[in-house]
Amino acid sequence: MQFQHRHILGIKQFSAEELNFILETSASFKEINTRDIKKVPTLRGKTIINLFFEASTRTRTSFEIAGKRLSADTVNISGSSSSVVKGETLEDTARNIEAMHPNIIVMRHNASGAAAYLAERMGCSVINAGDGTHEHPSQALLDAFTIRQHKGKISGLKVAIVGDITHSRVVRSNIDCLNKLGAEVWISGPKTMLPPGIERLGCKVAANLTEALTEADVVMMLRIQHERQGKTLIPSLREYSRYFGLNDKNLKLAKPDAIVMHPGPMNRGVEISSVVADGPQNVILDQVENGVAVRMALLYLVSGGEKLAEN
Amino acid sequence: MNCILIKNGRVIDPANNIDKICDLRIENGKIAELGNNLSDGGADVIDASGLLVTPGLIDMHVHLRDPGLEYKEDIISGTAAAAAGGVTSLACMPNTRPILDNLAVCRYIITKAQEQGTANVFPIGSITQGLKGEILSEMGELKEGGCVAFSDDGLPVTSSELMRRALEYSHTFDMPIISHAEDLSLVGNGVMNEGAVSTELGLSGIPWVAEDAMTARDIMLAELTGGHMHMAHVSTRGSVDLVRQAKARGIRVTCEAAPHHFTLTDEAVRGYNTNAKMNPPLRSQADVDAVRAGLADGTIDAIATDHAPHHFDEKNVEFAIALNGIVGLETMLPLTLKLVEDKVLELNRAIALMSYQPARVLSIDRGTLSPGAVADVVIIDPTLTWEVVPQKLHSKSKNTPFGGWIMKGGAVKTLLAGKVVFER
Repeated sequence: MQFQHRHILGIKQFSAEELNFILETSASFKEINTRDIKKVPTLRGKTIINLFFEASTRTRTSFEIAGKRLSADTVNISGSSSSVVKGETLEDTARNIEAMHPNIIVMRHNASGAAAYLAERMGCSVINAGDGTHEHPSQALLDAFTIRQHKGKISGLKVAIVGDITHSRVVRSNIDCLNKLGAEVWISGPKTMLPPGIERLGCKVAANLTEALTEADVVMMLRIQHERQGKTLIPSLREYSRYFGLNDKNLKLAKPDAIVMHPGPMNRGVEISSVVADGPQNVILDQVENGVAVRMALLYLVSGGEKLAEN
Repeated sequence: MNCILIKNGRVIDPANNIDKICDLRIENGKIAELGNNLSDGGADVIDASGLLVTPGLIDMHVHLRDPGLEYKEDIISGTAAAAAGGVTSLACMPNTRPILDNLAVCRYIITKAQEQGTANVFPIGSITQGLKGEILSEMGELKEGGCVAFSDDGLPVTSSELMRRALEYSHTFDMPIISHAEDLSLVGNGVMNEGAVSTELGLSGIPWVAEDAMTARDIMLAELTGGHMHMAHVSTRGSVDLVRQAKARGIRVTCEAAPHHFTLTDEAVRGYNTNAKMNPPLRSQADVDAVRAGLADGTIDAIATDHAPHHFDEKNVEFAIALNGIVGLETMLPLTLKLVEDKVLELNRAIALMSYQPARVLSIDRGTLSPGAVADVVIIDPTLTWEVVPQKLHSKSKNTPFGGWIMKGGAVKTLLAGKVVFER
């Protein structure tokens, strides 16, 4: 099929067919990462700017490596959490960067909608690497890729996502992505972390952790973001880990072959016990590994994709 | 003698229960007489066949941004927008720079409006000095200077004790307190209505109870003190209900609703449309329905726009940091006439909500066509269809969520004290 999108702003823009196509393309890139010489000339001469207004190590590095392995020139720019802090509007920042003629801008920003805002104003491609609490499409795609790798399919699986749903962009993208690919998504967390109307995004809200975990094929734990929350959402991390943390006991509620995922970075002993985080069911490092392949596919596809055959 | 004869219009004057096709004569800026086949004896004749002739509209909630923020709006552009919308009188909010908490600013506004404006401007003084929520403003002197009410608009009076004293003190001068009901601790860092749309867009939500809780407190304080509490821009099912119950119990409370709150829901925010960002935020369909019901059954006393001009640069940013508010003076009339078309309101009541009733809330001598009254009159073509083109609005700011909408109904002539100040 022909990939028609110039920007990757969110999962919402894709059909199930397109999502599958991205995953297939990712699979073809994965092999490159295991070669001795991990580089193909696909994006030679292209410039990619990683514009990160929010701190991120994992996603930024993953995009940077993805770009470099495709032979693109990658440049990292990190800004303060909001462009206005510097007295410059996001639009002005964008214009200045555009004047340097990049081919792709990968942006993370703390404002929901920032990627779409940028895309409307830019001639180059924009990839959303996380906008506020809205979307994080490359994470959802690498999660789907990892699930497929371990389960052979996505359709018909029960996926439980547990944690701070309100403040998670990963959740919003994952619900949409997994839904379109035929999974049944359940979410769970303390009520202070469940936003109203979340079920309208296409998931089921579990009454408690037990209901979410029971017979689950995939358990995805979210990071409790101490630094972001007001103090009123949970009484203590201790209590959180007791009622909403994943440990070797409650993991037994899930199917015996269930996989455990985490978008990272993990708070060991809070949302996930070390026994589980390091246990045989965890696929957390596979997620990180697959992230590079998925991001290579995204960079390649928004660039037009016509040169793949040469590799 | 300066004389105008408006012939054959459908004259609607809710204050006097008049709704009939007749002529209206204006002499020396005052309403002279209503009647059939009035002779034109030297008067300028305006043929209003097929048109409505009503008291000039009154918008009791406007931000003129003058003095201090004239890059958004000033008294001249703001009153021009008013005239174009059929509004002949407006009450302006005190969050100017400097704040309208003293006689000097009050006099400046009134004088500039009289000398250069195209609408009557009635200032609203602040409840507290500097809008700081700490010390009451000098309400007696402000009333003498021409203020018609007090409000810390945009900011709730968080101290219940201070709000109590404000109601008691303003009662002494028989002036209403206008409350911006919002429990800030419940708002947190919310930027739009809390609900399925905020969840989907990943924007922090403001729950309806932030408005309801404060409305309940303010109504109780009105009951305690006997003061006149006017609730600004009610937007939730709960606050409409609370006002309804309070009125039934005889508590001295009135309220207003804004056209955007009875027209749009939070769905308008999709696409991170900063022209749909306002405070209180656009709510759910159930809330919109409740506001409409409140307008229909008399719970809501007035339609007011909360006209809040902001510069393009202040809206052309990420949603979370965009300023709150939209311009409204030029779209109030057709959006309200839509309620008539939708059979929510009788035409008479729609006109009353935009003229006689706000005049009564503020105790100003406008909003009627009684003989002897100042001839503030608007001639409305209820069939006129026009497109909202933001760049063509008379306001300096163009922040409207209705850009591109086709509106039905509009002022074709606006008369201020018998003088035509707008003509389409």
